[in-house]
Amino acid sequence: MSIWIGEESKILIQGITGKQGTFHGTRMVRYNTNVVGGVTPGKGGQAVDLNGRQVPVYNNMREAVSETGADVSAIYVPARFAAAAIHEAAEAFNENGGGLIVCITEGIPTLDMVRAVHKVNEFEKVRLIGPNCPGIISPGINGGCKVGIMPAFIHKKGRIGIVSKSGTLTYEAVAQTMSVDEGQTTCVGIGGDPVSGTGFIDCLSAFEEDPETVAVVMIGEIGGSAEEEAAEWVSENMSKPVIGFVAGSTAPEGKRMGHAGAIISGGKGTASEKFDAFEKAGIYVARDPSEIGQVLVGALIEAGLRES
Amino acid sequence: MNIHEYQAKEIFREFGVRVLDGIHCRSVNEALEAYDQLGSEIVAVKSQIHAGGKGKGILYDPVTREEVMRGGVKIAFSREDVEKFSRNIYGNILVTKQTGKEGRLVNNIYIETGCDIEKEYYLAILVDRDRKSVLVMASTEGGMDIEEVAENNPGAIHKIWADPVEGLIEEDCEFLSNSLGLTGNSSEEMIGTLYSLYDMFIQRDCSMIEINPLARTRDGSMVALDAKVGLDENANFRHSWREEVRDLSEEEDVEIRANDLGLSYVKLDGNIGCLVNGAGLAMASMDVIKLYGGEPANFLDIGGGATRESITAAFQIILEDENVEGILVNIFGGIIRCDMVAMSVIEASKELGLEVPLVVRFSGTNHEKGKEILDTNEISIHTVSSLSEGARKIVDLIGVDN
Repeated sequence: MSIWIGEESKILIQGITGKQGTFHGTRMVRYNTNVVGGVTPGKGGQAVDLNGRQVPVYNNMREAVSETGADVSAIYVPARFAAAAIHEAAEAFNENGGGLIVCITEGIPTLDMVRAVHKVNEFEKVRLIGPNCPGIISPGINGGCKVGIMPAFIHKKGRIGIVSKSGTLTYEAVAQTMSVDEGQTTCVGIGGDPVSGTGFIDCLSAFEEDPETVAVVMIGEIGGSAEEEAAEWVSENMSKPVIGFVAGSTAPEGKRMGHAGAIISGGKGTASEKFDAFEKAGIYVARDPSEIGQVLVGALIEAGLRES
Repeated sequence: MNIHEYQAKEIFREFGVRVLDGIHCRSVNEALEAYDQLGSEIVAVKSQIHAGGKGKGILYDPVTREEVMRGGVKIAFSREDVEKFSRNIYGNILVTKQTGKEGRLVNNIYIETGCDIEKEYYLAILVDRDRKSVLVMASTEGGMDIEEVAENNPGAIHKIWADPVEGLIEEDCEFLSNSLGLTGNSSEEMIGTLYSLYDMFIQRDCSMIEINPLARTRDGSMVALDAKVGLDENANFRHSWREEVRDLSEEEDVEIRANDLGLSYVKLDGNIGCLVNGAGLAMASMDVIKLYGGEPANFLDIGGGATRESITAAFQIILEDENVEGILVNIFGGIIRCDMVAMSVIEASKELGLEVPLVVRFSGTNHEKGKEILDTNEISIHTVSSLSEGARKIVDLIGVDN
């Protein structure tokens, strides 16, 4: 099991004929991800070769979803068109039983995202992950389902859930689980933008309900208060152990640290506040990401899920 | 991206937000001409820098570092006052709570007419990350630091949220105005101001508008005495006008250059330079250096599209900082291949004659190949396998006593 995606998921790529869409689409297919089609306005009827697989291109999402029965979409379109792509995907999925939109695109105007998230939230069965994120991956036995830009080969099917605001730091967390011989159920990169779809609590709650996930690694960063709210949710609702790290203890106030949302303003959103909230909620804290593996082992032993 | 008060007020005028007459000046002479032209006996002489707390700031001589004047915003009661104040402001360094001790050189002055103030308020529009919508926040505690009000008197702050589709709702605006105790003409003007500012926020893709204070005058008008506007840089592509209002002298030169190369760089005070892919990992690398007793010299994310050229440029930028005594490279290869980074590291070391210790940690795509390239090269580079090991190594190599 995994959350939100699995080997049975049917995936569309919005922006499939673009450089990013084709490049990452190829790698998704190489990992045995079931890419069933793509969308590029004006290029409907063509096919794109993704690692030897001829993938049909449609003019719009409505057509693509109804023709293929897809339930997941990966968005690789440029920032200025990305919000429109989210709107289009949300409407198409809503008309066809729901779906998951994974927006990889970085640099979307915040107010575009305010409207896009509002649109997605109108539909109960449509979920948005991102934007500005590495995507979501559920390793399987032979490849798996990869909807995003993460290096697939570092993953392995297992029992740990991972949720993170950062890209490469997510990979670090994956490598840490692997270093102690644990694999992953699903890894979700929720992105570092100030306004985005799925948050920590959505992921934690899905992992709590997923029978195969036994523990969760949560990676936060400075800015906003999502980590504090997640910590509170964990203390009230989570039965599975959570291991946490927050990036940005050394970040100065008032400076944006790469991600649009990673900024301490008015003394709020600091790493120390977030670490404190984690500790208060009973989350197992790693102060050094290279120690996530060891902290995870400790948590699993304490929960009786591992012997050493 | 931030803009100056005088520029923000120009946009306010365009959207129908009431502001006082004022003239932007670039010299003491221009300030005097502005005074004559405005024809108001009392004017405010305002330093223009991209940081708050100007009123309580202190001006210093840029050469001698001697204190010149207290207060970056002054009320002038005569032409002589205008001359004195603008002389003390122009070309000097203004240090405020928000500038850090280096302060900012003041190259712009705004001369503004006065008004009869009855009461001061606070008004701000920003994006609420939790509610994922636009928030309008107001308080009767005008002129005060809003963070302090939030801390000491949270009940004095009133909030409404805009509907992402409908925009501001009339009843909400009335509620906000009532909460501030405004009545009659003042209430009407307040509501009009809210609509105007919201339109501006949306149409101009702002990230923040803050008016502190917003004044109610003796005749009941609502006037923006100050204006702080931040713009969402992600929306630059649809706002060509921003090129004209951008003041590059207010930004760190090195950060602009880094940005142009697709790098994200922030200078810090330590002595260990960092070169990392990914913002989260870059922050984590800094944190771990600190955890093991070192001090990071910078945040640097080379991004997913890094090339040999941009990596060499990144080294160059790190080495421009005279405090740097060692460098930690931390790459988790995804799209970026570690072997490509390894080649770039060697090239950059040769090209720049790198003399400080260099520790490299590779993981992910082609990390073994990358390590092999570095290990078999004649340049002395320490390769390690984990971030923790890397941080300890570089701290060790430069010595903690520095």
